[in-house]
Amino acid sequence: MQQRGRGRIAYPYIIWMAIFIVVPLILILFYSFTEGDIHNLKDLKFSVSSYKKVLEPIYLKVIGNSFVLAGISTLICLIIGYPVAMIIANTDVKHRNLLLMLFLVPIWMNFLLRTYAWMSLLSPNGLINRLLLWLGLPKIEIMPGKTAVLLGMVYNFLPFMVLPIYTVLSKIDKHVIEAANDLGGNSVITFIRVILPLSVPGIVSGITMVFLPAVSTFVISGLLGGGKTPLIGDLIEQQFLSSRDWHFGSSLSIILMIMILISMAVMSRIDKSPPEEERRKI
Amino acid sequence: MSKNLIELKNLTKRYNDMTAVDSINLTIKENEFVTLLGPSGCGKTTTLRMIGGFEDPDEGEIFFEGKLLNDVPAYKRNINTVFQRYALFTHMNVYENVAFGLRVKKVSNDEIDRRVKRMLKMVDLAGFEKRNVDSLSGGQQQRVAIARALVNEPKVLLLDEPLGALDLKLRKEMQIELLDMQRSVGITFIYVTHDQEEALTMSDTVVVMNKGVIQQIGTPEDIYNEPINRFVADFIGESNIIEGVMLEDYKVSFDGLVLDCVDKGFALNEPVDIVIRPEDIRIVVNPDEGMIKGTVTSVVFKGVHYEMIIESDKREYLVQRTVMFPEGSVVGMNVQPADIQVMKRGDVPCSKEEEEG
Repeated sequence: MQQRGRGRIAYPYIIWMAIFIVVPLILILFYSFTEGDIHNLKDLKFSVSSYKKVLEPIYLKVIGNSFVLAGISTLICLIIGYPVAMIIANTDVKHRNLLLMLFLVPIWMNFLLRTYAWMSLLSPNGLINRLLLWLGLPKIEIMPGKTAVLLGMVYNFLPFMVLPIYTVLSKIDKHVIEAANDLGGNSVITFIRVILPLSVPGIVSGITMVFLPAVSTFVISGLLGGGKTPLIGDLIEQQFLSSRDWHFGSSLSIILMIMILISMAVMSRIDKSPPEEERRKI
Repeated sequence: MSKNLIELKNLTKRYNDMTAVDSINLTIKENEFVTLLGPSGCGKTTTLRMIGGFEDPDEGEIFFEGKLLNDVPAYKRNINTVFQRYALFTHMNVYENVAFGLRVKKVSNDEIDRRVKRMLKMVDLAGFEKRNVDSLSGGQQQRVAIARALVNEPKVLLLDEPLGALDLKLRKEMQIELLDMQRSVGITFIYVTHDQEEALTMSDTVVVMNKGVIQQIGTPEDIYNEPINRFVADFIGESNIIEGVMLEDYKVSFDGLVLDCVDKGFALNEPVDIVIRPEDIRIVVNPDEGMIKGTVTSVVFKGVHYEMIIESDKREYLVQRTVMFPEGSVVGMNVQPADIQVMKRGDVPCSKEEEEG
């Protein structure tokens, strides 16, 4: 009885999902496998030509670029984010929330606004270069370019790496770390053999939460990259808004989705696999 | 006599304004089973954590085999700890949990295998090597924690209320097992508990603490039979605590009675606290044959004995006897001089905080 009652509460959500997730997905799938005038249903016919177009070297390069850039920015986020998460988790409770808030305040500001801010900082005549000029140092010219895009990605997605890792780290029982010390482990051994393995779930969700938006982002590369290194997100945006090739845009979306699903499956595998010591014994 | 292993000198720990441990002095010998006993917040765990190296003392010294231990980090101390909630490594199986300390010390794989297997056998967990620690029961997890500490062959094992999370029956079994282990491996145990029965059952030496101060150090018999003050008498076991006056050596007076006792060395007419344990009061049917006359007002059957409250014209006495006297009967009570414990009157609070946790 109770189970049934609870099930009914889910109906609105199911309807919501059907309208806003399933139907659009089917439409995208439909467009990706057809060609012709999208406004004239009779004119549409089955075709895989848009998928063939995805395989053209110029577009494969865009997809490759997207994954490489997203991968690098995820890695940088992990390298910067893990220590930050550790510092926050090790701060005493009184100051912890303040530190966490300081770190999270930027997310409360609009994403575009933050990216525009970086534009004005990094542009050839921007704040940073004027400062360097004033100090008599050489200019840095990273914008527009890949470096600026990376910087924007890392800046925007870093909190999504820090938060899950912080959550996992702060949940580790303090006595477990003391136990590792007690058994002769100095801080390095304790970190490698106890803290790091226990924080793997946080690392995995951090990587997922950074990689997914990074691989499909389109604003950052447009603004900071100056269109020189278009990413798959930009390409999709272009197909729907300017080129009006919905078929190609749809197939690009489907390809992106499949690749994301594959990478997520790989990540969840890593999360579940037993740690090294156990595998050795089994 | 075995030699001194650990010495605490004027050890003090403060948290902000609160003094958790107040200048305590304690000597622990080799192979001794020492229990730090007291209500929660008495400083017993803090003391243990300072010995383990998890808290830095604010003042005083810890000596280990005659060497100052204060600045030695926890991971370099030849001391291992069994934590209150076990603190097992949940990402490792039973075998790897126990092997951790040896792997860190780079012991050879053969040696590790031999020692871990032997230890698991000792704690009765042979065959559990590959089990995930989360899948074990509380008692089994406890035994993994003990094996994980003992496999390193420490000089001292610290145990922080290790049986607190177990049910009564398992706790009793584990008490015996721990005691057997301590005897067979022959190392010093420093045991923290708030359970006075546990302390009396297991220890060679009991250290009773309250509010960061050591109240009494002694064998279980000493602590029980000759409590040094009201707090110890009240905390250890049940007792009748009576305010009286020490008339002269071997003579104590209360409620208008003058009784013989075995205590001396007090000033003439010094006000004192008197402890009479409930099992030391004998009841006689004829009220005139007793030193104190009283009426039985309540009888409770406790299994081993009956617990009776007998009211004299001055006060109530708690009495434990195997023979029952019905409510309302008038009886006499007698106490042997040796069963009267006279203590200096101190300004020690005697609230019996949280006997069971």
